[in-house]
Amino acid sequence: MSLQQLLSKYQASGVETCFHDRHINPQIYAGLNGQNWGLKDYIARGGYQALRTVLGLNGAAALTQDEVIAMVKESGLRGRGGAGFPTGLKWSFMPRQFFGQKYLVCNSDEGEPGTCKDRDILEFNPHIVIEGMAIAAYAMGISVGYNYIHGEIFQTYERFEAALEEARAAGFLGDNIQGSNFSFQLHAAHGFGAYICGEETALLESLEGKKGQPRFKPPFPASYGVYGKPTTINNTETFAAVPWIIRHGGAAYLACGKPNNGGTKIFSVSGDVERPGNYEVPMGTPFATLLELAGGVRGGRALKAVIPGGSSAPVLPASIVMDITMDYDAIAKAGSMLGSGAVIVMDDTRCMVKSLQRLSAFYMHESCGQCTPCREGTGWLSRMVDRIETGQGRPSDMDLLDNVAENIMGRTICALGDAAAMPVRGMLKHFRPEFEHHITHKTCMVSSHV
Amino acid sequence: MNTTHAHAVVEAAELSEATQQRFAHEVAKYPDDQKQSAVIACLSILQQENGHVSAAQEKALAHYLGMPVMAVHEVFTFYNMFNLKPVGRFKINVCTNLPCQLRAGQQTLEYVCKKLDVEVGGTTADGMFTVQPGECMGACADAPVLLVNDRHMCSFMSTDKIDQMIDELRQAGAQS
Repeated sequence: MSLQQLLSKYQASGVETCFHDRHINPQIYAGLNGQNWGLKDYIARGGYQALRTVLGLNGAAALTQDEVIAMVKESGLRGRGGAGFPTGLKWSFMPRQFFGQKYLVCNSDEGEPGTCKDRDILEFNPHIVIEGMAIAAYAMGISVGYNYIHGEIFQTYERFEAALEEARAAGFLGDNIQGSNFSFQLHAAHGFGAYICGEETALLESLEGKKGQPRFKPPFPASYGVYGKPTTINNTETFAAVPWIIRHGGAAYLACGKPNNGGTKIFSVSGDVERPGNYEVPMGTPFATLLELAGGVRGGRALKAVIPGGSSAPVLPASIVMDITMDYDAIAKAGSMLGSGAVIVMDDTRCMVKSLQRLSAFYMHESCGQCTPCREGTGWLSRMVDRIETGQGRPSDMDLLDNVAENIMGRTICALGDAAAMPVRGMLKHFRPEFEHHITHKTCMVSSHV
Repeated sequence: MNTTHAHAVVEAAELSEATQQRFAHEVAKYPDDQKQSAVIACLSILQQENGHVSAAQEKALAHYLGMPVMAVHEVFTFYNMFNLKPVGRFKINVCTNLPCQLRAGQQTLEYVCKKLDVEVGGTTADGMFTVQPGECMGACADAPVLLVNDRHMCSFMSTDKIDQMIDELRQAGAQS
């Protein structure tokens, strides 16, 4: 018996995280059951119709590149990987008259603690990403693409490779797609355990077979990307949103969410909830509704805090988060960010010092070492939080923590430095008494801790 | 001898026909003058086939991809999942990042270690198991999660399931 066979019964089935009826008007996760990931079922769900429409194979004339980009702009679709940059605008930066090779890259290096939405897309609906990428490639005049997948989800990588084979065999990828004069070659690549490769320029370096150390910007990937060629990089969920937009129109997509925050968003809810999982809901859904979908706080306990957008996002206390809606603008206004849509829920037994200790250790471990403020600063943060947690903290550590965090922010090539500093500042802003209690009494303020 | 020095003195290992075929599948994805792009995939293939990657294999891969040995070594030492030293027959990485920690990730790591009577990061005396903590594996809603030999993610790993899995692995390891 192979290891794969032996361990298959421990593999996630998707029932808990994806195939439940607790999504609200889902587009990407709609109608999935784990068995129907293949091409035939995808087509039965209306798959590849958007690509056919774009290519002019559904009776009407082909859409022009400008028309496709205009639709995406109108939809209000914003990057689902973390930065929330308007997708249509990003596509319009790609030099369309460029003489030479251009590349399209999908960032499936999903390693932001709390995030597991792209895995379920690639595993249970891989063709939606392939179709979205093919449409994007058409709109920007790109003939080669790569999907870079997180190394830890190797089975998902293999699933995506299988889907690519199906799409090639059926003429949805390759030369002269569906008999048109549009050609697009798409390949899958995988990482091998480096959080930093989720940063787009580190990902490009990794794709070139190097250490994943971010590049200085500018030049931006649109002018100098993989192999130094113009490149557009989008997140998995961003590409997965595209077929729906083409089928139903940009205005309809925008109407699913709220102004400037179009469409649905998949939130990965983890931590102290009854039903951790992925929940696809319209942008602008109240946090309270999302928490209810996830079964509420575990064991009926009280909510203490939520990290609303992946571990890099500043934490929000219950009093703030219960009143916000889940969209880019509302979360930013509350002092945090939507990020990758990873919602980490903590109940009233959780010690914030212990929580930050774990996160700070993570950022120290994952700093690529290129920039001094990040390489040294993440170490300082981690060691200081560590000593506060273990009863060795000094009163002066409070200011020093803030000072080190401030001196990292904005002084590094990529956003990992900021990502390490923001949780520290968020914790100090909202839960300062807990840190002070640790320093003064050398013990936790809460009864039990993480 | 550390591996850095080893490169200077070792002969490149022989790569089997089957291994080269798997390499070729990866290399074919990239432009002809960008074979180096396949280095992570090829290293992971070597690791899957041999448990870890030796200096001789790194050298052979460097020749295969037409890149400096040190460039291979740079990649090999940068990415966390590569085994710089031999590990047990089954390498178990337990995620202990915050979302998992909130759902017993740390206790799960400790449970596996206690059950196998091994320190965190250590290998059992019979060479069967290595246990390591892991960083975010992108399966946060499935916590506690662990990864066996880089490629097999196991979700919702309660202590019962861990007991069962370890018995099965031990049996499988003894048989072959």
